[in-house]
Amino acid sequence: MVIVRALMGLALFLVVPPFLPEWITFLLTLAWAKALAVLGVVLLLRGGLLTFGHALYYAVGAYTAGFAVKFLGVHEGLVVLVLAVVTGATTSALLGLLLARYRGVHFGLLNLAFSMVLYAILLKFYAVTGGTDGLRLPTPLLAGIKPPPQSLRLTIYYVTVVLTALLLYVAHRFTASPLGYTLRAVRDNEVRVEYMGASVRQAIYCSYIVAGVLASVGGVLAGFSVGHIVPEVSFWTQSGEFVFVALLGGTGSVVAPIAGSIVFEFVRNYAFKYSPYTWQMTLGIVLLIIIFFLPGGLWSLTGLARRWGFATRRWTR
Amino acid sequence: MGLRDATMDPVSAVLETVSLTKFFGMVRAAEDLSLRFQEGELVGIVGPNGSGKTTLLNVITGYVKPDRGRIRYQGRDITGLPPRAVADLGIARSFQMPQLYLSLTVLENLVLALAIRAGRAREFWAPLARVDRLDDARRILEQFGLEEHASHDAGQLPEGARKLLDVALSFARRPRILLMDEPTSGVSARDKSTVMDTLVPVLKGTGVTTIFVEHDMEVVQRYAERVLAFDEGKVVAAGSPDAVLADPAVRRALLGRA
Amino acid sequence: MSAGLTFTYGVVRILNLAHGNLYALGAYMGAWLVLGWGSSAWPVLSYLLLFVAAVFIGVTAGPVIERVFLRRVYGKAEEIQILLTFSILLILEDVIKLVWGVSPLFADKPYTYMGLVRLGGVDYAGYPFLLTGIAVVTGLLLWLVVTRTRFGKVLISVITDREVSSALGVNVPRIYTLAFTLGAVFAALGGAFTAPMFSLVPGIGAEVIVVSFAVVAIGGLGSIGGAALGALLVGLARATAVHLFPELDLFAIYLIMALVLLVRPQGLFGQVEARRI
Ligand SMILES: Nc1ncnc2c1ncn2[C@@H]1O[C@H](COP(=O)(O)OP(=O)(O)O)[C@@H](O)[C@H]1O
Ligand SMILES: [Mg+2]
Repeated sequence: MVIVRALMGLALFLVVPPFLPEWITFLLTLAWAKALAVLGVVLLLRGGLLTFGHALYYAVGAYTAGFAVKFLGVHEGLVVLVLAVVTGATTSALLGLLLARYRGVHFGLLNLAFSMVLYAILLKFYAVTGGTDGLRLPTPLLAGIKPPPQSLRLTIYYVTVVLTALLLYVAHRFTASPLGYTLRAVRDNEVRVEYMGASVRQAIYCSYIVAGVLASVGGVLAGFSVGHIVPEVSFWTQSGEFVFVALLGGTGSVVAPIAGSIVFEFVRNYAFKYSPYTWQMTLGIVLLIIIFFLPGGLWSLTGLARRWGFATRRWTR
Repeated sequence: MGLRDATMDPVSAVLETVSLTKFFGMVRAAEDLSLRFQEGELVGIVGPNGSGKTTLLNVITGYVKPDRGRIRYQGRDITGLPPRAVADLGIARSFQMPQLYLSLTVLENLVLALAIRAGRAREFWAPLARVDRLDDARRILEQFGLEEHASHDAGQLPEGARKLLDVALSFARRPRILLMDEPTSGVSARDKSTVMDTLVPVLKGTGVTTIFVEHDMEVVQRYAERVLAFDEGKVVAAGSPDAVLADPAVRRALLGRA
Repeated sequence: MSAGLTFTYGVVRILNLAHGNLYALGAYMGAWLVLGWGSSAWPVLSYLLLFVAAVFIGVTAGPVIERVFLRRVYGKAEEIQILLTFSILLILEDVIKLVWGVSPLFADKPYTYMGLVRLGGVDYAGYPFLLTGIAVVTGLLLWLVVTRTRFGKVLISVITDREVSSALGVNVPRIYTLAFTLGAVFAALGGAFTAPMFSLVPGIGAEVIVVSFAVVAIGGLGSIGGAALGALLVGLARATAVHLFPELDLFAIYLIMALVLLVRPQGLFGQVEARRI
């Protein structure tokens, strides 16, 4: 039944957009794409791991697309996506080897450090990365077909939504699986996990790779929808935004990041216009409110979680 | 029989420690402990606070590295193995302070234990909540009298139920050896015998070798088949419950300090 | 600066991400006071003003953050605590922008007053020497306070065992507030006295927190001697990097941090803590 309701929700997102103004479709595309990176942050948070550098993988995805177009002459979007999965997985598998040993503030800030190293590289190696100018991402082909210009936005939107929905389903399976539960158990009690015969390090490592791949795909999708990528995609404020949206949506369900992400994109669109200097302060205050009054995020506020059966605990209640 | 332990037939000892020694700075937590445990027996360990009972369990399960000495299990040297490897070999333990997954429900705690025990900890696609696994878990909850708590978060359980769940989690691994650290501490005096009456038949029924640390003399007297009395990291008396608990040195150590 | 960070962590056990903002606040306040009231007739005044700025920021912001916010999350999950300090970081970033605007603030008078120092035939600016002196003196003071005074003893007892100290009649919450405030003063001092060397732009707080975390991580969280050594290493590495590859200034810190953590996850002086079970 969960699946049926999820598909109904998805149908809504597929049917309505042709009747919406273009800028809304654009914001929605961005929200869905970024929700993948947020989902990565959420998965890690379920294991008690807070990262301040997840934009690293978002940037890896975006620049994989940029390099694929610029240096490999690849224009096929699907190939770019596969490449991004590979680069995302490779990067997270390598860094994960080091990071799976750390918890708490060490984990968070080491991730931050790595993402800032990437930021510095993207900024400084002008010849390859385009420096502050970034790289342009021309419209990709889709299975060999070039989308017609008048329906370009909508095409990218549909690709993004369908792909994200698929990955949400993967994440949903993951959270309900033994590995997903082991990750939650790690957050609760590492000693017991080891005494139970499972490897804490392995659970964290696997989840870290999954989280990295999700963000990397998100980076490609967001890159194509904006059409232009800049080093700021790896900056700490981007990572901070993912953490913020993760908390805003809540960590109780894999659908929560979508809700959080959409709300965030629209609110920012307005807030930024009216009061650019107090934007961070607003974020900070909202975060405080969430921490003290709404630990389950927006998702818990709707109360839909349990009624709709998305909450992961359904089968024991 | 206890004091002659070291000369017993080595083949029949399922678990054996040789000259185990562990100091925490100046504190002697274990000194030259050579112990043997037979297949299927139910051994009680008594001793005042800080006498090294928990440390012995920590060292056997690889949580704490001994300064000196070896641990042999089924003739195999397991000294230095990490807790995970020791657990995989069939030694499980419960804890003085229950170690549970507090944000998961009681049933989830147990189902996860079963999945890990079956070597499925790395599965990321099949759901944890398989029907057969749920059935197994419910059966164990029944055995331990926890079925009414099945859907409660472990963090909300009363102290006694936490203790039981902690033991149940270890028991779910179907170990050859079960080490229990004060299974009845924090449980009201009235419920102590209930807990033990629940545990002991289950354990005896499966033939698991059980070693339990216990403060309550009556509990030890009633349930242990053999008793080791610890003081300052050493065994000061060993043998039948009646003999050990009647030993004046033991009485002094236990009553004088605990 | 890093001494303050590791010090508060040692006591309160929460790594304060907003520590960098206290540094930035100290810097802005210092620069602002110097620009407003500093006079070239009486150079010492401007140093006094820097000091006053730091103490003011420390004793106002410190207790507020500790009492109003941190106090509510002691004993909660570590990620919640980090998130809390992160939200304070976000808020303070904008507070600085609102109060002092986004254009750079540059108060270099205290820097030029010190003039040049001639060493081995080469002229060096005098101010960095003063700064080093101040850093050494405050570091020593902190060390003396911790090891030699009654307050230090109480502090250590609180760190080692919170319950026992509170049973012995120590007012633990008050010690927490004091320690946190002291840490905040140190952060602001660091900010105020380095302010004359740079022109201040919004965002320095975030940059500084990364650097000082590197410093502290290298030394081991909670170790003051370690923080000093970490600061030295980071400083040297940064100088070398700036000299050899001017492009890769910030790299050096991350690299050292990554290397040290790889070899010794607990830092050079930190101790591994296994949970008692
Ligand atoms: N991890 C540790 N670090 C330092 N001292 C410890 C540690 N574990 C135990 N001890 C000390 O070793 C002694 C024995 O402790 P323990 O084995 O827990 O005793 P028991 O379980 O018999 O009460 C005590 O003095 C205790 O303080
Ligand atoms: Mg004990």
